[in-house]
Amino acid sequence: MRAQQPRRWFTEAADDELTIFERSQTGRSAFVAPEAGVPERSLDELLPAHLRRAQAPRLPEVSEPELVRHYNRLSKRNFDVDTGFYPLGSCTMKHNPKLHERVAALDGHARLHPLQNPHRAQGALELMWRLQRALGEIAGLPFVSLQPSAGSHGELAGVLLTRAYHEDRGERRLKVLTPDTAHGTNPATVTMAGCEVVKIGTDSDGNVDVEDLRAKATDEVACLMLTNPSTLGLFEPHIEEIAEIVHGVGAMLYYDGANLNAIMGICRPGDMGFDIVHFNLHKSFTQPHGGGGPGAGPIAVSDRIEPFLPRPAVVRRAPKGNGSEAFYDLDYDRPKSIGRLRGFQGNYGVFVRSYAYIRSLGAAGLREVSETAVLNANYLLARLKREGVAEYLPVAYDRLCMHEFVLSGSPMKRELQIRTLDLAKRLLDHGVHPPTVYFPLIVDEALLVEPTETETKETLDRFADVVAKVLKEARDNPEIAREAPYTTPVRRLDEAGAARRPVVRQRF
Amino acid sequence: MLAEIGVGSIEELFADIPENVRLRSPLALDSPRAEQEVFEELRVLAGRNVSVENEVSFLGGGMYDHYVPAVVDAITQRSEFLTPYTPYQPEVSQGTLQAMFEYQTAICELTGMPVANASVYEGPSAVAAAGYVAKLDNSRSRFAVSRGVHPHAREALATLARAWGMEVVEVPLSDGVTAPPELDSDTSALVVQQPNFLGAVEDLDALAASARETGALTICSCDPIALGILKPPGECGVDLAVGEGQPLGGRLDFGGPSFGFFASTEALLRRLPGRIAGETRDQDGWRGFVLTLQTREQHIRRERATSNICTAQALNALGGVIYLSWLGRGGIGELSELLVRRTAYARERLAEIDGVSLANTQPVVREFAVTLKAPVAGVIERCAERGINPGYPLGRDYPELEDGLLVALTERRTRSDIDRLAEVLGAAIAAGREVAESRA
Amino acid sequence: MAQASYPADLLYHSEHDWARIEGDEATFGITWYAQDALGEVVYFDVPKVGATVSRGEAYAEVESVKAVSDVYAPLSGEIVTVNDGLADQPEVINEDPYGNGWLVKVKLSDPAEKDALMDAAAYEASLT
Repeated sequence: MRAQQPRRWFTEAADDELTIFERSQTGRSAFVAPEAGVPERSLDELLPAHLRRAQAPRLPEVSEPELVRHYNRLSKRNFDVDTGFYPLGSCTMKHNPKLHERVAALDGHARLHPLQNPHRAQGALELMWRLQRALGEIAGLPFVSLQPSAGSHGELAGVLLTRAYHEDRGERRLKVLTPDTAHGTNPATVTMAGCEVVKIGTDSDGNVDVEDLRAKATDEVACLMLTNPSTLGLFEPHIEEIAEIVHGVGAMLYYDGANLNAIMGICRPGDMGFDIVHFNLHKSFTQPHGGGGPGAGPIAVSDRIEPFLPRPAVVRRAPKGNGSEAFYDLDYDRPKSIGRLRGFQGNYGVFVRSYAYIRSLGAAGLREVSETAVLNANYLLARLKREGVAEYLPVAYDRLCMHEFVLSGSPMKRELQIRTLDLAKRLLDHGVHPPTVYFPLIVDEALLVEPTETETKETLDRFADVVAKVLKEARDNPEIAREAPYTTPVRRLDEAGAARRPVVRQRF
Repeated sequence: MLAEIGVGSIEELFADIPENVRLRSPLALDSPRAEQEVFEELRVLAGRNVSVENEVSFLGGGMYDHYVPAVVDAITQRSEFLTPYTPYQPEVSQGTLQAMFEYQTAICELTGMPVANASVYEGPSAVAAAGYVAKLDNSRSRFAVSRGVHPHAREALATLARAWGMEVVEVPLSDGVTAPPELDSDTSALVVQQPNFLGAVEDLDALAASARETGALTICSCDPIALGILKPPGECGVDLAVGEGQPLGGRLDFGGPSFGFFASTEALLRRLPGRIAGETRDQDGWRGFVLTLQTREQHIRRERATSNICTAQALNALGGVIYLSWLGRGGIGELSELLVRRTAYARERLAEIDGVSLANTQPVVREFAVTLKAPVAGVIERCAERGINPGYPLGRDYPELEDGLLVALTERRTRSDIDRLAEVLGAAIAAGREVAESRA
Repeated sequence: MAQASYPADLLYHSEHDWARIEGDEATFGITWYAQDALGEVVYFDVPKVGATVSRGEAYAEVESVKAVSDVYAPLSGEIVTVNDGLADQPEVINEDPYGNGWLVKVKLSDPAEKDALMDAAAYEASLT
């Protein structure tokens, strides 16, 4: 017996959303094939029958109006940052300026074939070159490759680069140090790059345990992968000492740029001693998240790593005199390169948007972004330290945070018998997306909150009030949060069932 | 706000950052610009690119100038699809999750494979990721890769194979298709492409059978549009069917972002990289969708994950399933048959030209290779002057095809475009031969 | 299984695995504590008959929705039987960890190793 769904005015009578396949009717279609227009030939002559498929793929059969209506209705079952507050820690859910979609759609960008002759793609190559320079300036490291497709792809490039660097010097170093607070992509990347993970502990202040690092930093270590600020939202005050220890054994220092939003224009990873930096253009540089991609993960490196950068490199060739212009090109002549990580030149559409963003803001604007991101996070943290919240959701490390902070739901679980998960589900009923839950792993019942700089004080105040409200409600009746949410298109889903007997495609 | 925090200035919030590493002057970037100025700058840059709207293009090589229907942008530009994050809270992400499930279903149908993930970055890195699945599955030491696989895919796989301490051995082409491969019990996977980079249709059944004899897996990178007419890899004994998704409603975008599709046999389901959406029920019994089999992934399994992928290509994959739904069951067959016919016509017309030889006479679907009797770079320049891009010069990737050219067709290239190509190309070759002769 | 239980006729390993010894063979499984910490089990990758296991080393994995856990061999030997039924119904590991939730049966290579294991009382005490 199904529970009553709360009514939403645009919902049809059948609350269960059909899939596009279930809406199909034989013979319907949206596509009309153009006339071939060429002399008739027997298909068997052109493509023998044994090479052809016997049955058409069972794709949907719908007309355009049904196609549009189906996906429009589906879209309304999503929460998104254009619609509401989305303080998902580690994800930097900032506003995506609408200008970016307009410029990315210009024919000269969107309809440019990747194999076009570089002479006829000068606008694109120049844009990439300028973006490289801007990112290099932000990182404080001069040489940039835009090729990696996402942050973890950039991490993979980074580890491969350090291996190549050491091999070039006749050393085979296969150990990579990562803090226990690291995002899962760090250790996963290390394994994919053919290396071994060595974990470094975190001290009681939330910083890297420098003594543990000192003990584990040997000449077998290729690099240390660090996020700074860390995934706890805390800046490593001992970063210079860390750099010294790592460089002291000849290893490289890798910067996971997921938290760059906190420090743009304020300090630079290159100046802190990092040798390789990756950027998440879908985090600080406003490429829309798209429900889970696309993104881009460019890397910036120091001059000793430069020879190993992926091939091809985007370069600027000087003018040859007599009034000719500089020429932007793809350079394949890179004998020490680690090679390719993907096809063509990278996610150019993402570069267009990020470039537009950097040009819009300039140096002053980027600095303001980081200052405001850090201000907003500290303000929200201060609001959540008030009575009614702090005793149930204390901050994990009681110090000023950077652009995000971690709360622990441990006391809440003990005193109110609701977990971080239940709090998150109840927040959905209040029209906000919950913060990140159960990450980083070293904090029990973690709640990682990142408001970003594009939220107003009013939104932050409202969020703090909502959290207080949910906790108060839980004090009176914890059952409500434990059974939440109530007003979303579906309620809690059976994830165990989905994993036990996976159904990953429509059954016909 | 500062008062609530308990500090006197924003400066104090950055106290943890050591003085030595602080920037003492602003970043060396230009000052902020108004939206209008940024738009102008991007428009000027766009104007310095020759796109497929500025010339009649026969460029292919993995990405193609297909007609993308207006519905794709109409849906993918919606805030609700464009601006959410990865669906970690499924109750408010059913739009994204259901679209992923529908996409996975469509890819399974297209490839004939029983399971598929929600997308990886793009084509060449999908081949590398498939190599990782094979390595984890059988722990063998070598990949046998056909020379017919996209050069970028071969390079991406080689980069990672080196890191894994695995060998890569090339399987040569014979008359334009993969020669019978010599595999052994050290071969982890045979990697082939369908149709291959030179456009020729491979005998996938035979290739997969030879892999199976030694217990190696078969990885096939496919053109998704060609699968509208070709026998799907799932019916040929292939274990992993992957490929570049751009032809399915994607922009050219100078090479990205697009998506890579990734499908496999049931046996490899738990080794698949990337996100997977699964069907389930909610506590009230309503159907819903969730990210599933997450224990494969980096955020849980960390160093033992099946890959390090976090961000997928959700928005591009959404465009893909919308496009496939727009084409529909009948449409994809009609479209690919149209391509076969137009490609055959183009091949005939070009083969008639004095100075053009077909690289091989294998069956093709939408792309074919020719060799010219004039330096190809000069020929391309002369064609460009007349508004035609005749194709991709093959010499760098296939030195054995001297002055080779890869010519691709889409439904946007009409008969009159093809006739014009033949005329312009013929003239360009003639002029090129004159130049060569006068120099000799 | 709702209530914690640690049957007295079993021997226990510190990594939360149990052994039931019968002559020169033993049956292995995971304890109530282990299945409770893991949550609802969704997958057990059944090892192959004939594989060797070594005391204190991981020989398989158990997965819940949000976690993966190694399963450790309390004793060394060769796997002679596996619990195939768990492939379709992994949740039995939660419901009946000492009965139908058994994982493998092993022919012991060194039965004296059992002296290093804990009895039920010692194991239960170690959990606090």
